[in-house]
Amino acid sequence: MATSQANVFTVVSKFYDEYVTTTPQRLKIIDAYLAYIMLTGIFQFGYCLLVGTFPFNSFLSGFISCVASFVLAVCLRVQVNPQNRKDFLHISPERAFADFVFAHIILHLVVMNFIG
Amino acid sequence: MAGESNIRTALSNPAGWQSLLSFSILALAYLAAFSSRLFAVIRFESIIHEFDPWFNYRSTHHLVNYGFYNFLNWFDERAWYPLGRIVGGTVYPGLMVTAGTIHWLLNSLHITVHIRDVCVFLAPTFSGLTSIATYLLTKELWSQGAGLLAACFIAIVPGYISRSVAGSYDNEGIAIFALLFTYFLWVKSVKTGSIFWAGCTALAYFYMVSAWGGYVYIINLIPLHVFVLLLMGRFSYRIFVAYCAFFILGLLLSMQIPFVGFQPIRTSEHMASAGVFALLIAYGFLKYLHTHLSSLTKSEMRSLFFFAVAASAAAVLMAVVYLTYAGYVAPWSGRFYSLYDTGYAKIHIPIIASVSEHQPTTWVSFFFDLHVLVCTFPAGVWFCIKKINDERVFIVLYAISASYFAGVMVRLMLTLTPVVCILSAIAFSNVLERYLVDDTPKVHHIEDESEDDEEGDKRNKSKDLYDKAGKVRKIRHEPSGEPESLGGNVKTIVVMAVMMILMMFAVHCTWVTSNAYSSPSVVLASYNHDGSRNILDDFREAYYWLRQNTDDHSRVMSWWDYGYQIAGMANRTTLVDNNTWNNSHIALVGKAMSSNETRAYEIMKALDVDYVLVIFGGVIGYSGDDINKFLWMVRIAEGEHPKEIREGDYFTPQGEFRVDKAGSKTLLNCLMYKLCYYRFGEMQLDFRTPPGFDRTRNVEIGNKDISFQHLEEAYTTEHWLVRIYKVKKQDNRVRLDHTVRKTDIKPKTKFTSRKSGKRKRGFIKNKMLIKKGKRPSSKNKKPSRKTSSKK
Repeated sequence: MATSQANVFTVVSKFYDEYVTTTPQRLKIIDAYLAYIMLTGIFQFGYCLLVGTFPFNSFLSGFISCVASFVLAVCLRVQVNPQNRKDFLHISPERAFADFVFAHIILHLVVMNFIG
Repeated sequence: MAGESNIRTALSNPAGWQSLLSFSILALAYLAAFSSRLFAVIRFESIIHEFDPWFNYRSTHHLVNYGFYNFLNWFDERAWYPLGRIVGGTVYPGLMVTAGTIHWLLNSLHITVHIRDVCVFLAPTFSGLTSIATYLLTKELWSQGAGLLAACFIAIVPGYISRSVAGSYDNEGIAIFALLFTYFLWVKSVKTGSIFWAGCTALAYFYMVSAWGGYVYIINLIPLHVFVLLLMGRFSYRIFVAYCAFFILGLLLSMQIPFVGFQPIRTSEHMASAGVFALLIAYGFLKYLHTHLSSLTKSEMRSLFFFAVAASAAAVLMAVVYLTYAGYVAPWSGRFYSLYDTGYAKIHIPIIASVSEHQPTTWVSFFFDLHVLVCTFPAGVWFCIKKINDERVFIVLYAISASYFAGVMVRLMLTLTPVVCILSAIAFSNVLERYLVDDTPKVHHIEDESEDDEEGDKRNKSKDLYDKAGKVRKIRHEPSGEPESLGGNVKTIVVMAVMMILMMFAVHCTWVTSNAYSSPSVVLASYNHDGSRNILDDFREAYYWLRQNTDDHSRVMSWWDYGYQIAGMANRTTLVDNNTWNNSHIALVGKAMSSNETRAYEIMKALDVDYVLVIFGGVIGYSGDDINKFLWMVRIAEGEHPKEIREGDYFTPQGEFRVDKAGSKTLLNCLMYKLCYYRFGEMQLDFRTPPGFDRTRNVEIGNKDISFQHLEEAYTTEHWLVRIYKVKKQDNRVRLDHTVRKTDIKPKTKFTSRKSGKRKRGFIKNKMLIKKGKRPSSKNKKPSRKTSSKK
């Protein structure tokens, strides 16, 4: 048991070291943005648990806005990551960012309509 | 010289010819699709068909007259009489908004088209667009040649025409276009992995959600596709990006439609997509960790990875099951559950079971609607499986699921038709590619096949293979002898056979469209011996009588089939209509129709009914009348009032349903029977048959002298097809049940007064006679008792 625990700790610390050293600057910015979105989502959900779901469509629109921003940023990160170049041959990072902006326009228009 | 060579190079530009050819083929397919659907308009007139389109037309009319927000917030108090209907929240607005937008656009360009014409011709227009969408989808899946074939197939195939003729203004007309366009965009997203295409897929999905309740099919098929790709080990980041972006945007967009509301996160039908979303995120995250932790041993990582993925999948499944049991997530609704358990609807929801479109499909329907395509469709599936890639998995899954659903319910033949067209086109394209290829070592081929570019490539490749493989190739081609000449003959024969099959397909489709799917069903037509046409316009005659001769606020009771038509054409308030959202209300109407007149009058008084409308086909032999539907009325009424209505009462002791003298007494005295056969007993249609001979049931009716106490006949149409009765108000003076006491008895003896001459009033009795001067005589002086008592 001790060895497996040691294993988990070593795995996590190794992962952290590798992450800090090998990921490029761009991806770290996106990861920081992801962490911020996740915090916002957690706060929203916590607030909903406290106060209740009365204007349910407002809660849904806010929460799904967080989730969608998170998902779209994850997709952007995946597309921009140089390791995944062979999966996205025809999509340059600039094109990926433009698609990201397009999806966000749709997202925010719908959120504005749904928030009530 | 230079100019000539320029023209020559321009004319021999195969890519240019190819695009010109495909453009003209698509334009011809659009025209074929549009004109093939116009039979009913040419034979009759530009009119809305059937039943459901009349409601859609009425809503579109409301939208055009009162504006979009008034349409979304419309509360219709002229339907479902005491209850009303919240139209904005119970309708899929895509159809009305599309027609309204086209109408607004044309009118703002001062092309003043009436909204009825826009509605009638909307379905053919969108069917042309459907063939273009099918072309795009098949081009992504296979090749451009297959795409053109698929476009031509879906333009004329009867399975799709049946729901999209001119005049059939129904959701499926635009929904199939939205379905195929969404699938095309999804396949494009999977191929490119770009968020742009996924966003476009979400927008097309939003249009589909607004158009039809069958969007549930898309939101279950796409997650199934992703799940099967995961199982096959074909995960790639493109699928991750495509599905995650599509799901989250599509979820939010689908909740904008008021009718859908919060269902996407609350009902079981949508849980599959959410589950696959969670699973895919878990898988992607684990794969990301996997790439980072490559320092550890590969096998250990792999086993850990698989374990983690399986654990996350199990966790997602457990969560969904828990939520369903805890009540947060609603179980599968009856409409979709009956696709899985086909016996469910007959027992629990008789209304769903009674609709003729929901019956299981017969083999005849498959051939009738799809002709030779249903035979080449499995061949197309096989070709897709043989050369599998990510998007062909999708089409194979679509084919399998659509085949199952089409077998369960006739109505769902419509969702099978596009995939059959696509896969048959792939099969035919394969055959034609193989047999139109000319293996002779020539460079120019001026044959009239459409796959010019790809043919050139394939020819070169096969020539190379022929040269390279050398001996092996030679042995294979040995039995054919001289490869050019004999091969050429066989190939020509095969190509000609395929052409003949396709021409027979086109002839069959046109014949089916002309004979089977082009009747407006509001107007009936029959043909005499000399070919001349006899039009029976009874329905419209009755509805217009109602429109012009009754008060605007009067209520009409009829069976729910005719509710939309009455509301649309007669513009009167109805009690129940085709929406069938309230089973108890329909059961009340069914109970009124199945009870005797007194009980029925109580129900009609409670519901404020002014007119009753029935359809009777006994004079012309129309088999879709209310007596043939009567048993369903009884069953639905029995479902709600089992103590008062029993289905067994309406059958003879031997178990038959008969309307002649041997019929059961309950049937012969119920309101529906009386309404249909009132005065029919005196009518003799033919000298060979007795009076009161019902041509539909082919029997002489049992109860001929019918009289009404609370109803009176208001109108019967020319061929007795529609009969309208007025419900009389209660009498001013209610007749008593017991016998009335006689107060005018004349006495037998004549009355004589006991007041005789001497006893009359004003006379003094025993008056003393007094003469002056004489003494009163004593003998008259007899005091009577009476006189003294009177003092």
